[in-house]
Amino acid sequence: MSEMMTGAEMVVRALRDHDVNHIFGYPGGAVLPIYDALFQQNSVQHILVRHEQGAVHSAEGYARSSGKVGVVLVTSGPGATNAVTGLTDALMDSIPIVCFTGQVPTHLIGSDAFQECDTVGITRHCTKHNYLVKRIEDLPRIIHEAFYVARSGRPGPVVIDVPKDIQFARGVYTGPGEIIHKSYRPKMDGDTARIEAALALMAKAKKPVFYTGGGIINSGPEASRLLREFAQITGFPVTSTLMGLGAFPANNPQWLGMLGMHGTYEANLAMHGCDVMVNLGARFDDRITGRLDAFSPGSKKIHVDIDPSSINKNVKADIGIVGDCTRVLAEMIRIWREKKYQVDPEALKSWWGEINKWRARNSLGYENSDSIIKPQYAIERLYALTKDRSTYVTTEVGQHQMWAAQHFHFDEPNRWMTSGGLGTMGYGLPAAIGVQMAHPDALVIDIAGEASILMNMQEMSTAAQYRLPVKIFILNNEYMGMVRQWQELLHGGRYSESYSSALPDFVKLAEAYHAKGIRCADPAKLDAAIQEMIDYPGPVIFDCLVAKEENCFPMIPSGKAHNEMILPDFAGSVGDVIDAKGKQLV
Amino acid sequence: MKSHYADQTEKPVTERRTFCVLVDNEPGVLARIAGMFSGRGYNIESLTVSETEHEKHLSRITIVTSGTPSVLNQIEAQLDRLVPVHKVVNLSAKASIERELALVKVAQFGEHRGEHRMEALRLATAFGAKTVDATLNSFIFELAGPADDVERFINLMTAIGLVEVSRTGAAAIARGAEEM
Repeated sequence: MSEMMTGAEMVVRALRDHDVNHIFGYPGGAVLPIYDALFQQNSVQHILVRHEQGAVHSAEGYARSSGKVGVVLVTSGPGATNAVTGLTDALMDSIPIVCFTGQVPTHLIGSDAFQECDTVGITRHCTKHNYLVKRIEDLPRIIHEAFYVARSGRPGPVVIDVPKDIQFARGVYTGPGEIIHKSYRPKMDGDTARIEAALALMAKAKKPVFYTGGGIINSGPEASRLLREFAQITGFPVTSTLMGLGAFPANNPQWLGMLGMHGTYEANLAMHGCDVMVNLGARFDDRITGRLDAFSPGSKKIHVDIDPSSINKNVKADIGIVGDCTRVLAEMIRIWREKKYQVDPEALKSWWGEINKWRARNSLGYENSDSIIKPQYAIERLYALTKDRSTYVTTEVGQHQMWAAQHFHFDEPNRWMTSGGLGTMGYGLPAAIGVQMAHPDALVIDIAGEASILMNMQEMSTAAQYRLPVKIFILNNEYMGMVRQWQELLHGGRYSESYSSALPDFVKLAEAYHAKGIRCADPAKLDAAIQEMIDYPGPVIFDCLVAKEENCFPMIPSGKAHNEMILPDFAGSVGDVIDAKGKQLV
Repeated sequence: MKSHYADQTEKPVTERRTFCVLVDNEPGVLARIAGMFSGRGYNIESLTVSETEHEKHLSRITIVTSGTPSVLNQIEAQLDRLVPVHKVVNLSAKASIERELALVKVAQFGEHRGEHRMEALRLATAFGAKTVDATLNSFIFELAGPADDVERFINLMTAIGLVEVSRTGAAAIARGAEEM
């Protein structure tokens, strides 16, 4: 299957060979030949974004909701630098992305040519790998390798920098075939002896807990199915990170809710008090562990991760298993059944008794109001009115993101797209556009804050152009809410620059973008307004005016351990809870 | 199996470790390795790199680094996950040989000229250094050996009239018949 063609044609042909149907991009001088090749074919649809950062976030949303590799095409110089935030976001959250960047012709590289930048230098630290193509002979191999690297092992973004003369040059194209990479071959199967040791530990556990993360989602739907099966066989409680929501169904009685800084009381205390912790595809992030030297002091820790560098990075694992979650879980279940392992039912029963007492504290509770919409209530109603549909949720970053994680419940993987690692404000709208491209008939909601949404508001134009009926549900409290909350807790309530002044009229803004605008400030009218949003066939900006100074609880303050959470019914001054050392942390 | 608590209450003790890294000799690979160290705040005490297998486009990098054992383990894992890295070997964990080459310029012997010139030559002979350049008031010595020997030689020469030093950093290899 060798064929002569230009470099630009190779790019488009390789996209077809890798089963890519949609790419997100923005043209410019250094990628014109590729755009010309795209113009002359119909198998790959290009979605024109309004900013390159949006292109990467859209590709992330597309990838996370579909399990495919997201593809981006941008020009040299500013095109590439604008993509950097998106690439870093994808690196932190392990999202498979292949990003083509145009580059000035090879003979001009290094001459500070117009729209030249050192793209491979700039993106070296924010990609899993990157390439500068210097010879047309290398282009097909590099593209195939890039797709392999992006989706294999711990997924991540890969940049291919293609100088303009390479796009024009003619060469021989060969198809992907079976890719055997010279050096990059991630270990997929867990070590059997370690798996057996882990199971022996689990079988003897009196207070076990499953702590699951984005690795389950990235491993594919089968990993979620296996997790459910294993949880059912063992009867262990399950909690998850922000990244892993949906892998285990929120409607299952064994579900403890999310853990970590804004996790539930029962999830965090179960982590603190457990004797065996089974980490499946999570990385002991600082938002999860809180104070490291007080993190889950009495437990043996089993850590399953596809990335060997995650094991023992932050928290020492007693048993580290390098491998893909699907394969390791399948093996765990097989051996568990084969050896007829049983958990001590009495111990487990009393463990659940403890957990249920914590659960009874209702840590996600809040005081509702008849006169003003509480943000938690808004999310609850949004969930109640959309849960029987095929719904996908993206978010921006801040309080609304945490409230969405707490009060919107997910029963399936790949339904929840949020910027977890990098915490990128402006992620939600372009991500929602990507999700909607992958799932044209689904209900896609970007749960947003009024500050975050303005960061990539220009992407409304993209939604309008492609008639993507994304719904932007803004919890408008006229503050950068999480910044304001931290200023309240840590900086004596001096709200330095966190007030959202001079906000646009979001209803008029929606209309300006050929969308529908809805505003609601009355709890009694909220259901009808949400229903109106759902029923409208096009894009909607929903300006939900909520209580301005509501704090997001529960919360593990900086520098504190899991058993030192602040609960919503906390009466004292929160500022006194955090000591000077904690204030230095973020 | 220990829980993670005991280790964290221990006072952090740093140690030196030598890694051999086999990489594809592709553009930017050194920047990738060096950038990983700077980006994650790790130390590089010395780093040498050269193509060792021309046909296979393989380069061998020897890195001497220091840190706590957990940081050093993390460095090994982080090196290993870079895409162009074929193999990482912790040479400090096995019997190995480490050598570096130094060019040492000694000059301006001052009032004890004759005495110092003689002493410089005697020391060079004692260390097995070669005299690769000589003028009426200077020498350049070439010394190859373990880093400690080089270090001691330089310290001695400082007293006599050290002008400048050029060191390659360590190249290292495991003892025995086994391949890396």
